[in-house]
Amino acid sequence: MRLRHHATIALLLWASSCVGYDHQSALDPAGPQAGSVHGLWYLMLGISAGVYVVVVAALLLVIRRRQAHPLEPDETRSRDREARAKRVVVIAGAVTVGVLFVVLLADLAVARGLTRLATSPALTIRVTGHQWWWDVEYEDSIPQRRVRLANEIHLPVGQPVLVKLQSHDVIHSFWVPNLAGKRDLIPGHHTETWIRADRPGVYRSQCAEFCGLQHAKMALYVVAEPRDQFDAWIARQRTPAVTPNDTLAIRGKGVLESGSCALCHTVTSTLARGLVGPNLTHVGSRLSLAAGTLPNTPGYLAGWIADPQTIKPGAQMPPNSLTPEDLRALVAYLSTLR
Amino acid sequence: MSVRFMAISALPVALSLAGCKQENRDFREMPPAATPTEAIRVGELQPGGGPPFDSTVTKYADNAYAIGTGQRLYNQMNCVGCHFHGGGGIGPALMDEQWIYGSDPAQIFKTIVEGRPNGMPSFRNKLDNQQVWQLVAYVRSLSGLGGSTVSSAREDHMYLSPDLAIRSPEKPTRSAPRP
Amino acid sequence: MATTIGTDPLTLPPAIHDEDRKTLHETWEPERGFKGWVRAVNHKTVGKRYIVTALVFLLLGGLEAAALRMQLARPDNTLLGPDRYNQVFSMHGTTMMFLFAVPIMTAIGIYLVPLMIGTRNVAYPRLNALGYWTFLLGGVFLYTFFAMNSGPDAGWTSYTPLTGPQFANGKRIDVWAQLVTFTEIAALIAALEMVMTVLKMRAPGMTFRRLPLFVWAQFITAAMVMFAMPAVATGSIMLGADRLLATHFFNHAEGGDALLYQHLFWFFGHPEVYIIFLPALGMVSQIVGTFSRRPVFGYPVMVAALLTTGFIGFGLWVHHMFATSVHMLSQSFFTAASTMIAIPTGVQIFCWIATLWLGRPVWKTPLLFVAGFVVVFMIGGLSGVMLASVPFDAQAHDTYFVVAHLHYVLLGGALFPLFGAFYYWYPKVVGRLMSERLGKWHFWLLLIGVNVTFFPQHLLGLEGMTRRIYTYSEAMGWGPLNLVSTVGAVIIVAGMAMFAVNLLWSVRHGEDAGANPWGADTLEWLTTSPPPPYNFVDTPVVTSRDGLWAYDGEVPVVTGLHTDRPEVLVTSMMDTRPVYRHEMPEPTYAPLVMAVVIAGMLAAGIFTPWGVVVGTFAIVIPFYIWAWPDRGQHARNLREEKQRRAEPEMAS
Repeated sequence: MRLRHHATIALLLWASSCVGYDHQSALDPAGPQAGSVHGLWYLMLGISAGVYVVVVAALLLVIRRRQAHPLEPDETRSRDREARAKRVVVIAGAVTVGVLFVVLLADLAVARGLTRLATSPALTIRVTGHQWWWDVEYEDSIPQRRVRLANEIHLPVGQPVLVKLQSHDVIHSFWVPNLAGKRDLIPGHHTETWIRADRPGVYRSQCAEFCGLQHAKMALYVVAEPRDQFDAWIARQRTPAVTPNDTLAIRGKGVLESGSCALCHTVTSTLARGLVGPNLTHVGSRLSLAAGTLPNTPGYLAGWIADPQTIKPGAQMPPNSLTPEDLRALVAYLSTLR
Repeated sequence: MSVRFMAISALPVALSLAGCKQENRDFREMPPAATPTEAIRVGELQPGGGPPFDSTVTKYADNAYAIGTGQRLYNQMNCVGCHFHGGGGIGPALMDEQWIYGSDPAQIFKTIVEGRPNGMPSFRNKLDNQQVWQLVAYVRSLSGLGGSTVSSAREDHMYLSPDLAIRSPEKPTRSAPRP
Repeated sequence: MATTIGTDPLTLPPAIHDEDRKTLHETWEPERGFKGWVRAVNHKTVGKRYIVTALVFLLLGGLEAAALRMQLARPDNTLLGPDRYNQVFSMHGTTMMFLFAVPIMTAIGIYLVPLMIGTRNVAYPRLNALGYWTFLLGGVFLYTFFAMNSGPDAGWTSYTPLTGPQFANGKRIDVWAQLVTFTEIAALIAALEMVMTVLKMRAPGMTFRRLPLFVWAQFITAAMVMFAMPAVATGSIMLGADRLLATHFFNHAEGGDALLYQHLFWFFGHPEVYIIFLPALGMVSQIVGTFSRRPVFGYPVMVAALLTTGFIGFGLWVHHMFATSVHMLSQSFFTAASTMIAIPTGVQIFCWIATLWLGRPVWKTPLLFVAGFVVVFMIGGLSGVMLASVPFDAQAHDTYFVVAHLHYVLLGGALFPLFGAFYYWYPKVVGRLMSERLGKWHFWLLLIGVNVTFFPQHLLGLEGMTRRIYTYSEAMGWGPLNLVSTVGAVIIVAGMAMFAVNLLWSVRHGEDAGANPWGADTLEWLTTSPPPPYNFVDTPVVTSRDGLWAYDGEVPVVTGLHTDRPEVLVTSMMDTRPVYRHEMPEPTYAPLVMAVVIAGMLAAGIFTPWGVVVGTFAIVIPFYIWAWPDRGQHARNLREEKQRRAEPEMAS
């Protein structure tokens, strides 16, 4: 029984490999910030490797030499030798200072360069961190054009996006390694960061500040797509939830509205208006469920709804004891919400 | 030296066997539907014989995590909308010693699940039993009925009146509702 | 030839004879049995038990690390669930930083510094014992609660508001905050001891220009402790007050700020790592000097480097907060300081290499560990310079890159020198040499293990693996490197096992050491191995920075300390002229009783404010026992003073 339990979890969690995304890595930059840090990294790696090799080689050389040619006792205090050693140490010290100065200048230059990227944004997104999911809102001066979703960001390739960061509860950290460095979400503080993706792809992001039980499973996908695809996507996101027209989906909508879902989740144009959990208006079109933990398929959705605590123990979503028919209907309805 | 070493290390070993219920984190009950609400009774009186019913037992009375979760649910389910942070407003205060429908865990459980006249909504089928028991534990802690070592001193929000944070909760003196 | 230095206005008794030597031995002889064990105030007794206790915490912290590595060896592993994992990694960090790293450096200082400066005990022996008992009881307190599922679960840093009253339920974080209080009391006591002992009790002739580098390191570290510890004490007390007393220090809605906690913590947290590192640098200096058979090259530069590191170390703390909303201008300042601090340490490494070059090295185990220190620490130091840059830190912060960096600097910079110090000073403490063969096995296994464990973690961090995650999915591709890292951890465990076996085996079977098996130059090697309770029969007079190497046959000494009562010589700060004789206290229960009362007060305090109230009154009792003047001693001193005044012509 326990073996099957473990095997089920392993299978469920393995399946997150089915979301295709670019290799999550700071060493595979897809944006200017990650790109300039990438360059800085190689500079520092080169300098560090050089310094390390020189110092360790010096140490090993000294060891070899003194084993092969040991000194006489009176030679250890020889003034000539000490004067020569003093010269070498002074030179080494000066070189150290020089190298560190070069590194410092490179650091400051890159840091300044990154601040200059703050040009006028094509988009403004507000990301609010919760324990343990990401609330994403696309800002707009016209209220009907605002979009609210969760655990996923789409952006047009090549255009800078301003991301405003705030936290609903504890400190989280927004980090897309392929695009930019991280910025903490601190309750009571409003921070912002810029990202720009220069090539299309799906970039995985992960919370980077310990935030409690499920800090490990708080991921977010950043989808960079060409402008026309992005426009089509956001236009769809702006529409209200699809009205179901088959009996199963209609039953599912009823389950959503009359059961516990409506207390926490919002699906526009239904009676579900909860603000506690992620917005589910277009959940069917998302890449993942449970903040990047599971791929978005009906089977995983059903498993997640029935028992989130086995997949993400400590998450705020409770287990739901629905009848099998209700569960099937609910999953069918949610899958239509693209 | 080694005897003293063993003496010092015996204490943590002994205590680990004792365990500490206060800090358990139970993320789910197995299975959720196993504790039907029909089994809960709000009073001890019953005609004839039958097993005595202990209405004061609740699974999460001394559990810090449950009370913390209950506090979170209290905010998320908008209990604050009527009961505020225990001081009451549209709904009755939960920090005082007056309990219209009783302060026993079973009675509070029924209040939440069934709703009450004059405005208390019913959360049947909206919250599962574990969540309701967590709320029960939290609500009882508001009037000092839970252990003081398991409830938190304050929340991270603005306090409209300064004394709400430091007010001592008023324990009810009797469990039966006022006639 | 013994030289008697007269000090006016005191008159000294005649020089030591054999019966006086016997009296000296009886005066300083430790008490027997359990009573003697708990009442001990001799710095060597307290130092040895401090070292053993810290090693026990190293073992416990290591077991926790092993559990973490086992959980992370495979993706989606189920060995530790999220709650248990959070507790284990928090305990690992807390144990290693608060209960092992600082205490062991402190402990070695308490044992060695009085010997190195030619005195008989630390400045305040009973306070020293109190420091040890507080440390022990703090560790017992923490582990007792951990055993009851109530160990801290938010890291060794415990950031608010995750650890605030709303989000951290139960007593776990209160336990953490009180542990900080325990260890901070112990650390401040040890720092006070170190500063006062070094300032006032050095042997005549041991001016600051002649102080051994290890003593310099301990002295500077003690000063750093005094400035750094209050910050974390403030932070942890404010956190405790928020959690228990409904204060709003970190509640932004009421005018507090979550970031304030980070500033307070890291103002301590960064100097903390230099508090751990500086004594290790002192150990390296002693080992390099002894095993090169010449003094360390560039003594003034070495001292300046220690001072500079200690000073600059206080100006780095914001580099732990580069991902927060700290202003860019101040970030640049901390980048510059964090880069600059590599300079003094680099110069020290050059001076050590110069010493080996100019000297006649003997490649025994201590020197092997010094070489290991250079090889391992430099990787950590260089990755630290990388992390000093804000843009790079924005990518690497809170990932396994930082985990790799911190373990390289801590293991390389503190643990390797520490093991070298063990092999070096064990003969002095125990009287027997440790096994060279086991030592070499220990060294190589540790060197290989540390690199196999932590080098892959640099790459894992840059691949996006964040810290403090209890599991990761197969799709991330982190599995293979994590497995390699875990294999490395197993190798480290093997190396540590070699060390443990060596320690225990050598007590009985090690080769007899004699007073100075390494031919070293500092004063502790002048006395027997192990040292007698009174350290030196007569206080040696130091004639040169070269210590024992400068004596030509006979050692000049100062005589005149009483043998029938425990006395130490107090000298002036700058020119180490003897000033007066100071009587040391006899063994007593007071430190233990006071530590128990303090522990009770702190432990009860997290459950009820009455614990603090009752405890404050209860402390008065052992305080009175402690501070009560000794009537017998007072009467005797009065009698002798009268006698002396009646016979002024005794002065010579």
